[in-house]
Amino acid sequence: MTFVRWFKRHLVVIAGLLTLGYLLLPNVVVTVFSFNDPKGRFNYEWQRFSTDAWTDPCGVADLCGSLSLSLRIAAWATLGATVLGTLIAFALVRYRFRARGAVNSLIFLPMAMPEVVMAASLLTLFLNMGVQLGFWTILIAHIMFCLSFVVTAVKARVMSMDPSLEQAAQDLYAGPLQTFLRVTLPIAAPGIAAGALLAFALSFDDFIITNFNAGATVTFPMFVWGSAQRGTPVQINVIGTAMFIVAVLLVLAGMVVGNRRRRHTA
Amino acid sequence: MTKDRGGDVRLSGISKTYGSFTAVEPLDLTVPQGSFFALLGASGCGKTTTLRMIAGLEEPTSGTVSLGDQDVTRLPPYKRPVNTVFQSYALFPHLDIFENVAFGLRRRGIKSVKKQVEEMLDLVQLGEQARKKPHQLSGGQQQRVAVARALINHPKVLLLDEPLGALDLKLRRQMQLELKRIQTEVGITFIHVTHDQEEAMTMADTVAVMNAGRVEQLGSPADLYENPQTTFVANFLGTSNLIEAEVDTHSGDEIVLTAGGGKLTLPQARCSAPTTTGGKVVVGVRPEKITLTHADDAGDIPEGRNRITGKIADTSFIGVSTQYVIDSPVCPEFEVYAQNIDRDTRLAPGAEVVLHWSPAHTFGLDAAQSLLAGTVGSAGVETAEPEAGVTVR
Repeated sequence: MTFVRWFKRHLVVIAGLLTLGYLLLPNVVVTVFSFNDPKGRFNYEWQRFSTDAWTDPCGVADLCGSLSLSLRIAAWATLGATVLGTLIAFALVRYRFRARGAVNSLIFLPMAMPEVVMAASLLTLFLNMGVQLGFWTILIAHIMFCLSFVVTAVKARVMSMDPSLEQAAQDLYAGPLQTFLRVTLPIAAPGIAAGALLAFALSFDDFIITNFNAGATVTFPMFVWGSAQRGTPVQINVIGTAMFIVAVLLVLAGMVVGNRRRRHTA
Repeated sequence: MTKDRGGDVRLSGISKTYGSFTAVEPLDLTVPQGSFFALLGASGCGKTTTLRMIAGLEEPTSGTVSLGDQDVTRLPPYKRPVNTVFQSYALFPHLDIFENVAFGLRRRGIKSVKKQVEEMLDLVQLGEQARKKPHQLSGGQQQRVAVARALINHPKVLLLDEPLGALDLKLRRQMQLELKRIQTEVGITFIHVTHDQEEAMTMADTVAVMNAGRVEQLGSPADLYENPQTTFVANFLGTSNLIEAEVDTHSGDEIVLTAGGGKLTLPQARCSAPTTTGGKVVVGVRPEKITLTHADDAGDIPEGRNRITGKIADTSFIGVSTQYVIDSPVCPEFEVYAQNIDRDTRLAPGAEVVLHWSPAHTFGLDAAQSLLAGTVGSAGVETAEPEAGVTVR
């Protein structure tokens, strides 16, 4: 009886913990198997504990090369998509021009279109134009599909901005550039940052569009996919775990900074 | 301070049109240095557009804006020695109160702002809140930050765009007095836009009543109230009873009129309209100037007073006074406010009464205008202003 009552009282917490477990279980498996010492080429069965892969993460041919390529593409795609997306978002919110409505809906098209269709049509386009497939075609494709996400994130922020804030800045002797740097940009920053994070994550782990348009170039997701057919090195789990830890640390750092700032102002 | 006229604001023939919509008709206006000036009108009358043209946030379609001897018509807002308190306050949400107030000083390249900012925050009694963010303050406090942020720049003119609109009634009253105190203390010209006639009359030395892009009348609050020149002003500032009458005879400096069979006397000096015999005139009287007498006592009313008969339709007791609505042949809803000194218990709905007042309290207006102009909900008053801040391409 007492158990039933205890269960009822803590139902929400239990459900929450179970869901969290469901979400994190794959990460736990990846982490655990990064310490495995597999017998064959496949890292699917637990043998014994080893830190070999952690001490030599680049020990597999082409792994670190593909990783650094993916990071470079993600960084450039983020930069390109964030700058263009922010400009588009401001244009769509602030100005009335012909075909504004059409542009507004066309921006969402890449998000709605099946990725594989977009990948195939992009490849057709590149081949017809006679473009050499590789780093640049991947980058162009990534900026293209990241744009819609950045625009959506920044637009929401800019729309909720009171236009009189910029007028107030101008009224208080800030010229156009100062107004943009001191008022517009800081206020829109959370939206821009959200858009940039989204763009980075999307670009870094994109497989379908990249696989179609990469030519002979191999990004990290393509490397993982390729090796999964021939045998999975433990180093993949090491990289996966490291990325997870970096992401968690970034989120924690963000929370600490936010808390400190809030306590400072309160 | 020397007799510097650098704070005079002169608008010469400024107008503003948006496509086919005229927000402000060509307008001439001079606001003398150091005065507290109110632009009063219903929403959509062009008062905010006028203010924004002075601030430089809106470019006039025609005409010029001058501050003292300087023509500032073509100057962008950040080069005008004018600051604005916005209706939404427009405090920068990412900066604390100190930095909000220091913003204007820093943009003008002033390095040591600490002392000035602290003095200004003390003036508006917010010294303790310097390190808070705007959203942590109450509405009234935010409003004071907005005033401090503008005043710290010692503008030649401070523009206030309905700054008290978002506050509740009690706080609004308090802030009206507070703003008046600050204005007296700093001696800067204030131009205040409001739709609240009581607010305009409480605070301003001079009020310009605007309607449909035009200034209907300009004057001191008492002058506007006692001598309205148009039915719009008569109705928009307080309440007026308006009667259509016909000119009967002129006798000396008085005009005798007929209305609904009775006779009314109007001093010539208080009539702004032409009065040819047989012509029509609108006669007005304020509700508090009228005395109510029960019809049985009609004989006791002194000679020489204007009188009208009617029947009480409704009464409402509101403490200091009682408000009566009288059904009369000359005016369907005559309003009378009576101080609650000696209450005549016979003055209940249905009672026959005589309304009488001194002819000196009568004013005459041109009959060629709507009697309902300026009353709430009448045509032309509640047209919306085009949304500010959106760039139209």
